[in-house]
Amino acid sequence: MSAVEAAAVPAGQAQSGAAEAIHVENLHKKFGQLHVLKGVSLSARDGEVIAIIGGSGSGKSTLLRCINCLENPTSGIIRVNGEEIKLKADSHGHTVPADRKQIERIRSRLGMVFQNFNLWSHMTLIENVIEVPVHVLGVKRDEAIAQAEKLLARVGLAEKRDVYPAFLSGGQQQRAAIARALAINPRVMLFDEPTSALDPELVGEVLKVIGDLAREGRTMVLVTHEMKFAREVATHVVYLYNGLVEEEGPPEQLFGAPKSERLKQFLRNVG
Amino acid sequence: MPPGWGGTLLVGLLHSIEIAIGATCLGLLIGTGGAWGKLYGGPVTRDLLAVYTTVVRAVPELVLILLLYYAGTDLINQLLTAMGYQRVDISGLAAGIFVLGVVQGAYSTEVIRGAILSIPQGQIEAARAYGMPPGLMLRRITLPAMLPFAIPGLANLWLIATKDTALLAVVGFFELTLATRQAAGVTKAYLVFYLAAGALYLALTLFSNVIIGRVEAWSRRGMPSIKEAR
Repeated sequence: MSAVEAAAVPAGQAQSGAAEAIHVENLHKKFGQLHVLKGVSLSARDGEVIAIIGGSGSGKSTLLRCINCLENPTSGIIRVNGEEIKLKADSHGHTVPADRKQIERIRSRLGMVFQNFNLWSHMTLIENVIEVPVHVLGVKRDEAIAQAEKLLARVGLAEKRDVYPAFLSGGQQQRAAIARALAINPRVMLFDEPTSALDPELVGEVLKVIGDLAREGRTMVLVTHEMKFAREVATHVVYLYNGLVEEEGPPEQLFGAPKSERLKQFLRNVG
Repeated sequence: MPPGWGGTLLVGLLHSIEIAIGATCLGLLIGTGGAWGKLYGGPVTRDLLAVYTTVVRAVPELVLILLLYYAGTDLINQLLTAMGYQRVDISGLAAGIFVLGVVQGAYSTEVIRGAILSIPQGQIEAARAYGMPPGLMLRRITLPAMLPFAIPGLANLWLIATKDTALLAVVGFFELTLATRQAAGVTKAYLVFYLAAGALYLALTLFSNVIIGRVEAWSRRGMPSIKEAR
């Protein structure tokens, strides 16, 4: 482990000796002429909750979506559980995953939760939750159903197991989406602005579920606009500005005593 | 009127239905592959599919049927003789299914392509994010999710297919229209037999509508009723 990586781990954290679940190094992403990420590095050890904050267009969602190659990075290194994602240039010069099987295997262990829930509309909640365990991971159907029932109960949706997503509120859909992510027994959970599409009175119920998961030691990378929540649950906060890490550190330091002028300005604006 | 002519018409109807079902199934297979290729294929695949859908939809179906039936069987037999095999008689049923299936495939490609584009893309993205391989994603997510958007267009194509079978009368295939012409020609009871044929086509359409209605309701099971959104 290099000195730089060691420094990225918050001092005094219990998990500082834990294995690195996600490692991102010098990541660049260009959309045509637009340079969205300009060399970002990020590390998440087992049990850590990394919150990525930043203004609109800072590249925080793009960074999260590069971790499982929903967006293909233009250059850089991504390691998940110590396994580096193999990338290659396609015939147009775009970087794409070199090994489809590898990227599918890695994705099936990263539980992604989207801003717009993205539940499968032709499946009931229980069908949504067992879909990946049964058809991608090869879990037996009755085992998957038993597990899914527990997870739906855990997010408070036991009674809604046979309801289709379109008949539920946004908060219920997002809680079901979290159950879907948990069902794959994820190594890391990726949250992409999970409360941004919700009505204000529904935000709390979703944050409560995510907060409980954080407290039980789930490894998470969380892109969020909820600063109070980030301060509460994160073990490490990364502030992105214009495609670069402007400042990072433990939440008390970042929110309590920010060094960067831009971060101070940002916190005043969202405060 | 000999009692046997009614039976003749029903045999004709049965052949028409056989052709329509076969052609629609072949058309759906071609259409699914074609839509997938047009949306996700490489440049060569996309160009070839564009040529296929453009040409087939540009040429009158009657011309295509004559072309594919006569030129097609001739070509197959020339190939067979060149390779030292006996000439074969291509069955009217197989030829009819193939010809109408190719036509249906071109239209289905566009219907299914449009339906796939109507799926909220987040659902496709979620499937990718959870590591679904392309084949599984097509079977479990893309096809069921696009179905509600495709059913009206595909139902149109099915009804057109039931009537396009009548075009196969020109190559001598014994379907409902040819059966009617024979019955009417022999008995001179034109009005009776053509009205009867019309009634049979109508009955087929009404029956189809019932089935299609059920399939559509099933495919929309995850969607709130639009009446409430009025």
